[in-house]
Amino acid sequence: MTDPAGGVKEIDASVLDIDAEAATDEIVSALRSHVGSMRRRGAVVAVSGGIDSSVTVALAARAFGPDRTLALLMPEVDSDDDTLGLSRSVTDAVGVRTVVEEIVPLLAAAGCYERRDAAVREVVPEYGEGWKFKIVLPSVLGTDAFRLFSVVAQSPTGETVEARLPPAQYLTIVAATNFKQRVRKMLEYFHADRLNYAVIGTPNRLEYDQGFFVKLGDGAADVKPIAHLYKTQVYALAEYLGIPESVRSRPPTTDTYSLPQGQDEFYFSLPYHEMDLCLYAHNHDLPPEAVAGAVGLSPEDVRRVYDDIEQKRRTTRYLHLAPQLVEPDASIE
Amino acid sequence: MENKIREFLANNFFLGDDPSQLNGSSSLIEAGVIDSTGVLELVGFLEEDFEIRIDDEDLVPENLDSVDNIVHFVERKRAA
Repeated sequence: MTDPAGGVKEIDASVLDIDAEAATDEIVSALRSHVGSMRRRGAVVAVSGGIDSSVTVALAARAFGPDRTLALLMPEVDSDDDTLGLSRSVTDAVGVRTVVEEIVPLLAAAGCYERRDAAVREVVPEYGEGWKFKIVLPSVLGTDAFRLFSVVAQSPTGETVEARLPPAQYLTIVAATNFKQRVRKMLEYFHADRLNYAVIGTPNRLEYDQGFFVKLGDGAADVKPIAHLYKTQVYALAEYLGIPESVRSRPPTTDTYSLPQGQDEFYFSLPYHEMDLCLYAHNHDLPPEAVAGAVGLSPEDVRRVYDDIEQKRRTTRYLHLAPQLVEPDASIE
Repeated sequence: MENKIREFLANNFFLGDDPSQLNGSSSLIEAGVIDSTGVLELVGFLEEDFEIRIDDEDLVPENLDSVDNIVHFVERKRAA
């Protein structure tokens, strides 16, 4: 994109402005159409107290009515203390039916915590009772270095240990932690099956595009009604839909590890405002110079973010794939 | 050493039956041979099999993004 003088035309945050009312109407219509075509009569939404699930449950309530929308609240031991209260503030505001599922016994029975902690202990031998941890990635900014995950563990007295994760331990920690998303999804489908409802997924565009979900966990759903919206736009919808301020002002978190973990230290290169703009610019084939000013980065760093976007698309492509067949079966397509 | 590295790449990243076909100067990332988890596995393999310690500042494409770069990097590390 160039301006009339021949230079690069810069974008600003207004490119993500949306008409919240029109966007809501479009999504509500699509939800009714998709779920109706599946011969399902309502919606199950897992609500986490985050912005995406809050907007999704509000949209489902508009599409199917609060009495045909079931919100599932499924905190576990590593969830933030505020998770349940924030979730209830949303379901109260939207007026939907709510079920709290205790998933800790299921997770413990599957070995989620035990397998995960054993892998952490292989890297941090002193890790044990009362310790907390998270896994983190270095920033993409300022360097072209490959980024490897580290574990950050904190003792009960507050001392912090950080160590790079070898592949076996990294993969085991992620695999064990993925039980959380998969157990939640199993319960979502239990309720959907007993009520003849559809399961509504909650990924926003950043998460969907960049593969920030667990295959057959939070990646599984019958409809994903906000997967086309940048996170900034999800916040705009949240305000329009009357999501409580306490949820709208909460920084995005994975709410998955025992130490607080921002999404931008675990997965995305930048906080969501800037990540949205970079993804928008990259999707519109704009050069780094067009968005650098808006996100406060050098064009070189924006180029690194673009590269990271492409790398994540390659790495997570398989998460989007349906099971592959040797021969497509045209009779059921 | 180069053959061992090629064998590792071939065995772990589905390059086919003949690891010698991999161009020594091609970017492994850009060619789609390895992804971020692959880099993690590559680093683990090099540290274990060649008994070297790869520090964070070593994790750059100039050291790890092609067969030639990896060979030269390991040689430098072992000589240090």
